[in-house]
Amino acid sequence: MTAIMRRELNSYFTSPIGYVYLAVFYLLCGFMYTQVIASGYSSMSYVFSYIFTFCMFLVPILTMRLMSEDRKQKTDQLLLTAPVSLTEHVMGKFLAALIVYTLGIAVTILQAFVISLYTTVNWAVFAGSFVGILLLGAACIGIGMFISSLTENQVIAAVAGFAVMLFLSLFDSLADLVSISWLKSVVLGMSFYTRFYDLTLGVLDFADIFFFLSVAAVFIFLTSRVLEKRRWS
Amino acid sequence: MIEVNHLVKQYGVKRAVDDISFEVEKGEILGFLGPNGAGKSTTMNIITGYLSATEGTVTIDGHEILDDPTAAKKLIGYLPEFPPLYPDMTVNEYLEFVFDLKKVALPKKAHLDEICGLVRVDDVRGRLIKNLSKGYKQRVGLAEALIGNPEVLILDEPTVGLDPKQIIEIRTLVKKLGESHTVILSSHILPEVQAVCERVIVINHGLLVADGRPDELSRELSSDHKLTLRVEGPEKKVANALASIGGMEKVVQLGEREPGCFDFTVEAESGNDIRRSVFRAMASGGWPILSMRSSELSLEDIFLQLTEDPTTDNKGGAGK
Repeated sequence: MTAIMRRELNSYFTSPIGYVYLAVFYLLCGFMYTQVIASGYSSMSYVFSYIFTFCMFLVPILTMRLMSEDRKQKTDQLLLTAPVSLTEHVMGKFLAALIVYTLGIAVTILQAFVISLYTTVNWAVFAGSFVGILLLGAACIGIGMFISSLTENQVIAAVAGFAVMLFLSLFDSLADLVSISWLKSVVLGMSFYTRFYDLTLGVLDFADIFFFLSVAAVFIFLTSRVLEKRRWS
Repeated sequence: MIEVNHLVKQYGVKRAVDDISFEVEKGEILGFLGPNGAGKSTTMNIITGYLSATEGTVTIDGHEILDDPTAAKKLIGYLPEFPPLYPDMTVNEYLEFVFDLKKVALPKKAHLDEICGLVRVDDVRGRLIKNLSKGYKQRVGLAEALIGNPEVLILDEPTVGLDPKQIIEIRTLVKKLGESHTVILSSHILPEVQAVCERVIVINHGLLVADGRPDELSRELSSDHKLTLRVEGPEKKVANALASIGGMEKVVQLGEREPGCFDFTVEAESGNDIRRSVFRAMASGGWPILSMRSSELSLEDIFLQLTEDPTTDNKGGAGK
């Protein structure tokens, strides 16, 4: 697992993908941050709610080649015939993407630290938001990785990833269209934004944490099933 | 060491591998011969656990590839048809990655140095794989298979795309490796398999058509009844003399190739070795034979012969 993770991590930074992703992420984060500071707020919550929107669209860039590239280059023959289980294989890839993602969102710690030099920062709320954005990323990476495993074309993986992320980020507005109350609560319960919003309030609700973790776990599992299924067809 | 039992692989309606069974003893070099699309790669992919069989089992040293994949895969070094290389890595980075991936317990640096020396990639270890020539890529692929000193080596057409010198190097290397490993090597070139392997399995259209030692196989496929001759002497008379040899079926005159010398192809009844009779017939006429060789069988001929000859058992066993 660590071998695959390290190789994948290296490949983010031997190709432009890792740099481009981080540059765009830092740029957007920095832009939102200056907006917040300029308008006289000291709360990071605004920054985080902006991050929510664009990070979902950046994650497919991280995940697009995660599985598809191996299949295209036929390096999956090496990985699948090595004495490594499918779970290790998939987890290695997942963790590599998650580490790059964490490098991205870690910039908010620096931003909060700068604010803390001038005024007090509510670190509990910050921690909640940070955990929220991290878990959101884990879930999105899981989904993106799954999409990447379905194709051997990176571009298709990226575009399909964008489409799914767009749908997910707008999921809670679906709730307004539903008049049946139980269905409405189901839709809201599955909405990434609603789940995330709770966490940004500094409320570490077990249900929200569990929601994101299970989405990630389900898609990690599904990815390994895709690899397994390919052997049989 | 390797047991393959009634392997079947079905792709939709197409049977890529159809009921193939064989065993490979420890230390044996087994050649896998078949034309492109015969099912060689599919069989190898199943043995290494990359694909699953529709039916049948593969056991490596007692470990079933499906039930106990990690233990079985630890014993196998696999060089697929296209070496699974990451173009953006240097040779060294790649080999270190494979070393870690296979969780090898040997001393890393010494082991990699040894393998690089063996397959001769020492001088390119710092270069990016994408910049290497085909021959070097193939050798890096071979190095990948050798990492961890697996007992079983499975090499899918290791000499494809190499120049003649490299081909000989790789063959020599495989022979050397065969002293300490169990090797399965696939090829669509008959002489290659004959040069390297102690035993040959021939497959065509997913079926196992022959299994035996290369010399047995070549006897099986003996084309001694079909010769190409160059004889110095009058064309007509020589042709008549050849035609009068007992058992001769066909004499074809190919014309004058050297001044005063004529080429012929002659074909006798199958299984009838006429080389001596040809010699005597020519000697009695006083016409020197300048060359005589068995007409080479193309691979297609071999398969036709193996699959169509009614005396050959279609489902394996031939030459056993």
